[in-house]
Amino acid sequence: MAELNQKERMKIKRHDMPNQDPLVRRRNYDEVALGYSEATAKKEAERCLQCKDPKCVQGCPVGVLIPQFIKALREGDMVKAVEWMKVKNNLPAICGRVCPQETQCEGNCILGKKGEPVAIGRLERFVGDFELAHRTCPLAKAAPTGKNAAVVGSGPSGLTCAVDLGREGHKVTLFESLHGPGGVLVYGIPEFRLPKRVVYGEINYAVECLGIDIKIDHVIGRTFTLDELLNDYDAVFLGTGAGLPSFMRIPGINLNGVMSANEFLTRVNLMKGYLFPQYDTPVKVGRKVAVIGAGNVAMDAVRCSLRLQTLHSRKTNELPGEVHMVYRRSRDEVPAREEEFHHAGEEGVIFDFLTNPVEILGDEKGNVKGMRCIRMRLGEPDKSGRRSPVPIEGSEFEMEVDTVIMALGTSPNPLVFVEAEGLERTKHGTAVADPETGRTRKMRVWAGGDVVTGAATVISAMGAGKRAAADIDKFLKGEAPWQ
Amino acid sequence: MYKILKKEVLSDIIKLMVIHAPHVARKAKAGQFIIVRINEFGERIPLTIADYDRDAGTITIIFQEVGKSTMQLGRMETGQEISSFAGPLGHPTEIENYGTVVCVGGGVGIAPIYPIARSLKEAGNSVISIIGSRNKDLLFWEDRMRAVSDELIVCTDDGSYGRRSLVTEPLKELIENADKKVARVWAIGPAIMMKFVSLATAPYNVPTTVSLNTIMIDGTGMCGGCRVLLEDGARFVCVDGPEFDAHKVNWDSLLSRLQFYRKEERAAVEHWQHKCRLEGAPEEGGK
Ligand SMILES: Cc1cc2nc3c(=O)[nH]c(=O)nc-3n(C[C@H](O)[C@H](O)[C@H](O)COP(=O)(O)OP(=O)(O)OC[C@H]3O[C@@H](n4cnc5c(N)ncnc54)[C@H](O)[C@@H]3O)c2cc1C
Ligand SMILES: Cc1cc2nc3c(=O)[nH]c(=O)nc-3n(C[C@H](O)[C@H](O)[C@H](O)COP(=O)(O)OP(=O)(O)OC[C@H]3O[C@@H](n4cnc5c(N)ncnc54)[C@H](O)[C@@H]3O)c2cc1C
Ligand code: SF4
Ligand code: SF4
Ligand code: FES
Repeated sequence: MAELNQKERMKIKRHDMPNQDPLVRRRNYDEVALGYSEATAKKEAERCLQCKDPKCVQGCPVGVLIPQFIKALREGDMVKAVEWMKVKNNLPAICGRVCPQETQCEGNCILGKKGEPVAIGRLERFVGDFELAHRTCPLAKAAPTGKNAAVVGSGPSGLTCAVDLGREGHKVTLFESLHGPGGVLVYGIPEFRLPKRVVYGEINYAVECLGIDIKIDHVIGRTFTLDELLNDYDAVFLGTGAGLPSFMRIPGINLNGVMSANEFLTRVNLMKGYLFPQYDTPVKVGRKVAVIGAGNVAMDAVRCSLRLQTLHSRKTNELPGEVHMVYRRSRDEVPAREEEFHHAGEEGVIFDFLTNPVEILGDEKGNVKGMRCIRMRLGEPDKSGRRSPVPIEGSEFEMEVDTVIMALGTSPNPLVFVEAEGLERTKHGTAVADPETGRTRKMRVWAGGDVVTGAATVISAMGAGKRAAADIDKFLKGEAPWQ
Repeated sequence: MYKILKKEVLSDIIKLMVIHAPHVARKAKAGQFIIVRINEFGERIPLTIADYDRDAGTITIIFQEVGKSTMQLGRMETGQEISSFAGPLGHPTEIENYGTVVCVGGGVGIAPIYPIARSLKEAGNSVISIIGSRNKDLLFWEDRMRAVSDELIVCTDDGSYGRRSLVTEPLKELIENADKKVARVWAIGPAIMMKFVSLATAPYNVPTTVSLNTIMIDGTGMCGGCRVLLEDGARFVCVDGPEFDAHKVNWDSLLSRLQFYRKEERAAVEHWQHKCRLEGAPEEGGK
């Protein structure tokens, strides 16, 4: 294509990404968004104005070199595009799929001021998928340094830290308590949003090219304590995430049919409960499901529920049931990714905004039969700047449901803090660590990702793993001693 | 992968296995448990550490075949391998010298009560043990229990061996006998048995510890599926337990939660048995 001028670029419309039809995808777990073709990706890349002072980069938590990779892409130099990407982001195939682009890179793109921003996420996904398919960017490994490091937790923060340390020639052991690596990417985010082959592709690559030793079934705090790891390793990185679910403090939470989104999603994704009985772990949703919350976790829970209901009704010839999303604020405050909210709506979720449960009701057998809720209105903005919900007196009503899934946020699992003398924690249970280097208050221990920030995003966890790896590398090479 | 080094058939439905898992053996203590997953398709199920050998790097498990996973594990043989084996999980039993203590083991619960009785004996307690099962064929480890107890009472529901009674009968007699001065009771077995032990000791205010067997997935505090209702709110059995003060447990809630997947559990067994028949041979785990 001949070089376009700015005006011509600005005339090109943002390209849609093809999706599976909502009626079809309710019956399967295949990926919903199908990705750009090469031709579409190149056309979309033509829209970028190559800003001298690219605002998009400021919106990205790790500062991906966006104009550079887009330029390489539109010139057809995919190898170069991957190289630019990998300077800041180890996991483009993942981040392209799950980043909340509308509040990060794309939210800042200059084109978004008047029209629609460049589809940076979709282009990133295209580059990531190209790399997974062609492996153009071999992980070069430095000569062995003779130092070793332990990385605890194999989510995005731990994986990134392990890969970056491995590249520098340090010997890395990755400890994971579950039976497989990947963290939330595997046990939380469903197949239809992030296919597991994408995650395993990244993991296998790290293991094969860098010889990283992954020890599954190792629960740090039980199998080994942090202090024991420090005897055997020169440095330890904690990327244990924020996996502890919270339940509402209302009557009835122990009834049968009430579960945390973590339990539900773990049964569905990690244990492949949607393929029961080919896989052994059962997962049960009733005919009327209520998911409490409206974040990414809640969105995944409603969409898994819809699919389970549809699959079940096809077996039994019953009509599929209903799935409600019950949220105490309004549409404008929904924290989930815009695309997921949109997809959930297309798939048939019923949204009950400004509604909050006050009690879960059970039958004589201890099974959920309903929920008493109260209507809310939005009051004054709270500390976070969001308008806080206030109950409307006398507005209580009952809702018939048989399954209640709580997606109310999570906090760090305290197990890793067992026998970890000196590892400081905030009152929210998060580890205290320097945001730039990841250094904790305990000598030779770094931490990053959700265990430090509380539940956040894949890209911020990955960024924290990367920054910590850089500091650990300096420490191990004697360039940045512990003060 | 974790190799099965030894298998013993304790009864038709109760099997013992010694598993090579040095990472668990190095720290295992009485009262703790592991999570096992047989193969790629398997569910994660919790089993108590019945014994361990740090030097050999082995863990002994004893399980009763009640559903798909335990039946499938029961068909596996020495030399075969299990996909995952995580632990040691949960808090160890707190062992002190309390004076006279009673250890009650019901059914497969005899296995986990054994190391506790042994440790209590080593700590200087006078140990009275009561073991019970539905019938004689299901009883095991009588000799082992006798070796670590000052007194052993054996019961069966049908009277085919020992005394014909539930374990709660001799327990009540012991507590009512002022000469015995029972300071504490431990009970492990089916939830319904633990509930009745709890009801038996509560009127006498004898501190009673039970090891709860709720349904679990991860075993590390991540899902909340194992939660139990105590007097003062919910707890996660896998990280806060598995041992709890029996008198604080809401037993009806616990029993109801154990029933939740009944239908699915039956479907899993049917599916598996059907598959075994089609393939003409008993399904082997580990493959
Ligand atoms: C359902 C769901 C959907 C989400 N959707 C999005 C999204 O669309 N976009 C987005 O950007 N973010 C999303 N997030 C958030 C994002 O996934 C997390 O912020 C991110 O995964 C955090 O990464 P991490 O490496 O800090 O921890 P995690 O991914 O939580 O990984 C931690 C790992 O450590 C292991 N571990 C914990 N304790 C121990 C221990 N003691 N010993 C050994 N191992 C241990 C855990 O098993 C786990 O594998 C979602 C989260 C969930 C739950
Ligand atoms: C901490 C802990 C330690 C345990 N230790 C042992 C042990 O040492 N030996 C042993 O034999 N069992 C033990 N159990 C129970 C064991 O985990 C279950 O029997 C097993 O999960 C059943 O799996 P399944 O697929 O064979 O049967 P399923 O098909 O899952 O269940 C079949 C039947 O067993 C009941 N059931 C399901 N899960 C449990 C459970 N966790 N506890 C009790 N009943 C259950 C169901 O209600 C159903 O009636 C322990 C449980 C816990 C939580
Ligand atoms: S990593 Fe996420 S925020 Fe950064 S450019 Fe890529 S999609 Fe945007
Ligand atoms: S702000 Fe938008 S147009 Fe400018 S460089 Fe970034 S993506 Fe391209
Ligand atoms: S088994 Fe998941 S929290 Fe206890």
